[in-house]
Amino acid sequence: MDLIRQIPILSIITYIPLAGALAIVFFIPKERSGAIKYVATAVALLDLVVSLPLWFAFDRNGPGYQFVENVSWIPSLGVNYHFGIDGISLILILLTTLTGAIAVYCSYTAITERQKEYYVLLLLLQTFMIGTFCSLDFFLFYVFWEVMLVPMYFLIGVWGGERRLYAAIKFFLYTLAGSVLMLLGIIALFFLNTTGFLSYPGLDRPPTFSIEALTSVAAGLPATLQIWLFFAFFLGFAIKVPMFPFHTWLPDAHTEAPTAGSVILAAVLLKMGTYGFVRFSLPMFPDAINTPWVQSLMVALAIIGIVYGAMVTLVQKDMKKLIAYSSVSHLGFVMLGVFSLNMAGVQGGILQMVNHGISTGALFLLVGVVYERRHTRMISEYGGLARQMPVYATYFLIMALSSMGLPLLNGFIGEFAILQGAFARSLWWALAAATGIVLGAAYLLWLYQRIFFGELSNPANAKLPDLTAREQLTLIPLVLAAFWIGLYPRPFFDILRVPSEKIVAAVGGKTTEAPAVAAAPGEAPVAPGPSGPVPQAHP
Amino acid sequence: MTVSATDWLLLSPELVLTAGGLLLLSLSVLVDKAREEFLGFLSVVLVAITGAALALVASHPARDAGAILGGMFVVDNFAVFFKVLVLISLLLAILGSIRFVGASPYPGGEYYALLLFAGVGMLFMVSGHNLVSIYVALELMALASYILAGYFKGETKSTEAALKYFVLGAFSSGVLLYGLSLVYGLTGKMGLPELGKVLTGPARSNLLLIGILLILAGLLFKIAAVPFHVWTPDVYEGSPTPVTAFFAVGPKVAAYAILARIFYVAFPAFYADWGLIVAVVAAATMILGNLAALLQTNVKRMFAYSSIAHAGYALLGVLGFQTDFGLWGILIYLLAYTFMNFGAFALIIFLETRGYAAESVSDFNGLARRNMGAAVVMLIFLLSLAGIPPTAGFIGKYYLFTAAMKAGYAWLAVLAVLASAVSLFYYFRIAAAMFFAETDGAPLRSSYALTAAVAICAVGTLVVGIAPQPFVEAIRACVPLAR
Repeated sequence: MDLIRQIPILSIITYIPLAGALAIVFFIPKERSGAIKYVATAVALLDLVVSLPLWFAFDRNGPGYQFVENVSWIPSLGVNYHFGIDGISLILILLTTLTGAIAVYCSYTAITERQKEYYVLLLLLQTFMIGTFCSLDFFLFYVFWEVMLVPMYFLIGVWGGERRLYAAIKFFLYTLAGSVLMLLGIIALFFLNTTGFLSYPGLDRPPTFSIEALTSVAAGLPATLQIWLFFAFFLGFAIKVPMFPFHTWLPDAHTEAPTAGSVILAAVLLKMGTYGFVRFSLPMFPDAINTPWVQSLMVALAIIGIVYGAMVTLVQKDMKKLIAYSSVSHLGFVMLGVFSLNMAGVQGGILQMVNHGISTGALFLLVGVVYERRHTRMISEYGGLARQMPVYATYFLIMALSSMGLPLLNGFIGEFAILQGAFARSLWWALAAATGIVLGAAYLLWLYQRIFFGELSNPANAKLPDLTAREQLTLIPLVLAAFWIGLYPRPFFDILRVPSEKIVAAVGGKTTEAPAVAAAPGEAPVAPGPSGPVPQAHP
Repeated sequence: MTVSATDWLLLSPELVLTAGGLLLLSLSVLVDKAREEFLGFLSVVLVAITGAALALVASHPARDAGAILGGMFVVDNFAVFFKVLVLISLLLAILGSIRFVGASPYPGGEYYALLLFAGVGMLFMVSGHNLVSIYVALELMALASYILAGYFKGETKSTEAALKYFVLGAFSSGVLLYGLSLVYGLTGKMGLPELGKVLTGPARSNLLLIGILLILAGLLFKIAAVPFHVWTPDVYEGSPTPVTAFFAVGPKVAAYAILARIFYVAFPAFYADWGLIVAVVAAATMILGNLAALLQTNVKRMFAYSSIAHAGYALLGVLGFQTDFGLWGILIYLLAYTFMNFGAFALIIFLETRGYAAESVSDFNGLARRNMGAAVVMLIFLLSLAGIPPTAGFIGKYYLFTAAMKAGYAWLAVLAVLASAVSLFYYFRIAAAMFFAETDGAPLRSSYALTAAVAICAVGTLVVGIAPQPFVEAIRACVPLAR
């Protein structure tokens, strides 16, 4: 395991897909679609395999960033090529490499046109996503963060559904508009670190974009300035999450994107926003976040997202749109957990990011399966599929239950910890959020009932073949992950403990106060905290 | 006033280019229409020789000794940087014209000679250190430009473009000249450094302010800032496309050089007076340029409005003159702009020379299927124009936004980033046409000269974007300007 610390492992993981994409561009003619698929799959699998050792080599108790690479990039500006990960980035990188491989593998039959461009774009997207999670330099982070939009734009625009052009440009413009304001926030921080900004004096330090350095600069600013900067960053992240009322791009993009695009959007791209909140907003602007009205606003938006998202989900007629809207509700949970500002909430929120990636990613895959067979996503077109496709129905049931938070499965652990965190702050927060869980069970079970139960009334469905081996292979890793987190989440809490403690300490919460008790049946409570588990009642 | 040997040497790029233009004029009498591609390649060689002379000047020890021709001109790092930009845009314009002019019924010899004369004017402009020398150089460039705009004299639109350009250009020159005369009349000084030394105290007359304002207005005309932009769409649409590409880059870059030099060297004491005006003009230019571009269906008009918007971004750098960030921003942005904007126009030329007049966005339909390389390169230029990393356009905009923030104009920076996000919408109409739309067109191939121009632009756009350090160093060496 020492070897992994001596090689630039993060750069290798980041650029394997890029190298694969270039190889496909230059060495495989576009007529050889078979070779393109296999090379793309091999590259994505290789990336997954190379990323796995991170999980084992990562030091759970290490206080700082690990596997750090730091070389000068634009010295005149103080920009460094600075990579490094903590537990949060680690699990998101693994989620990315896993869903990246699945996204490539699930597209064999769905994508029949312009295959070369398609697989090249998927691989490029993966490089940019991993780079975003690895970056410890704001400039570098921003570069990856923005350029990521380009391949996604084309994935939606070329291979999407009927309204793909509208969905693609809407996705691009919305997220771009948010992130350019974040750029101004970064520039302001840059000046506050050096020569000062507006009437605020600077610290006269050498120019830098280091995330760690600028975080400490930001945390020391007066509250009014912190609030301004918080909202500059907030727009960039909130649109990406998406939080109510910035969510309107999401149903369009999700619905129109090809299956692999939806999977990546759900599993990884939405996490960019929540990652931004935990990595930047919370540690950087503690005084802004502890300002009562700001905090109330954030929690209110999160709860509106949960309840409103769930209610809109209930009335959807289109399967894919239904799952897309359910993301608004689920991400509302994540935000509620994060803005509970205690250990249970933050850890639960971060874990729920992964859970949402697994459950919703799998549900998009499953919708893609029948869409490929029937070319319709209308729920009314289906019914009684359980008889015709029993294996499919089983997978769908597992993932639907995981998404609604049934014990034994991953969603339960995350939602439990989030509610615990919210409850510690206010009974009303938890109560409002709990209605979201009830509504979630309603829309998912109702969806399941309409698709799978009853008579097989539509003759078009009479001859639908069940899942192929390849389709099952794309789903099995996600099912296993769902059970793993559901039954034994401790490794995940372990790996999230140190970074969560740092975040909670930064916003002034007590890190030992609220143990994230993830009591799945048969599982001892997991109680993190540097001074050991001290479960206690709190108001 | 005596002209020393050093003066001659330091003027060698301008002299070489002038001699080259005269040579082309003489040769054009001898070379018949079928062989005049030769003249195009000859002018490429002449620009290259000028570049070599410039390299000689740049490394000459006497360059820093001070002004030449008795303070008329100066060859500081700033001037050298802009001369390089001028020569790059000249080279690109020639490469983009060879096939285009060759396929037209109009003679090529005069065309290239006029391009070179415009280039001479610009080389003098960016060195100008005296109100008179700046004005004369500006007029040299402008006169050559008016003829170039109407060079395809059989085309109604080309003639219209030339007439509009001439009338409004002459008017703006008049405004500029009036401003110059007021400033001279009130101060008795012509040299920029002398003006800077005299105009320091709080004592100021309203007449002097009017003079400065008129100079500003005249220069805003040249860079096509709102409300002095109305000539741009018609001139850009009507002129032969390589000329449009040249107009959108070369004269604008040179005009920015003198705007920067005059206001940085001569009128810094009046920042409080002209700063707010520039801020308002910049805001209006960004908003109107981008909004109008959204509504265009003609590609050349769209890029005309887009270049208006880009002039607005660059004005943020003028605002930032009190800190170094302002000048840095202008310099690196214009470098990026030269590559990306010319690159985009080169692709329009590419479609036009192949029988598809790239007038409407739909002419780009399915370009990805017809020539994938061209589509990808165009995409890079569009991303750069929209300011998406990792391209030159992003680095340029980053500096400009930084300059505005540093100058205390945070509201303007917010406006600029939002305008910049809006611009993506119209740029990506072309991207969508290239990659999403179907086509029945056959594969397209480019001429060697045009391919070379596009390659230079693409490499420039990506290298400045990914490895900006050497360029950042270069622009830092340009500031402060010679006083």
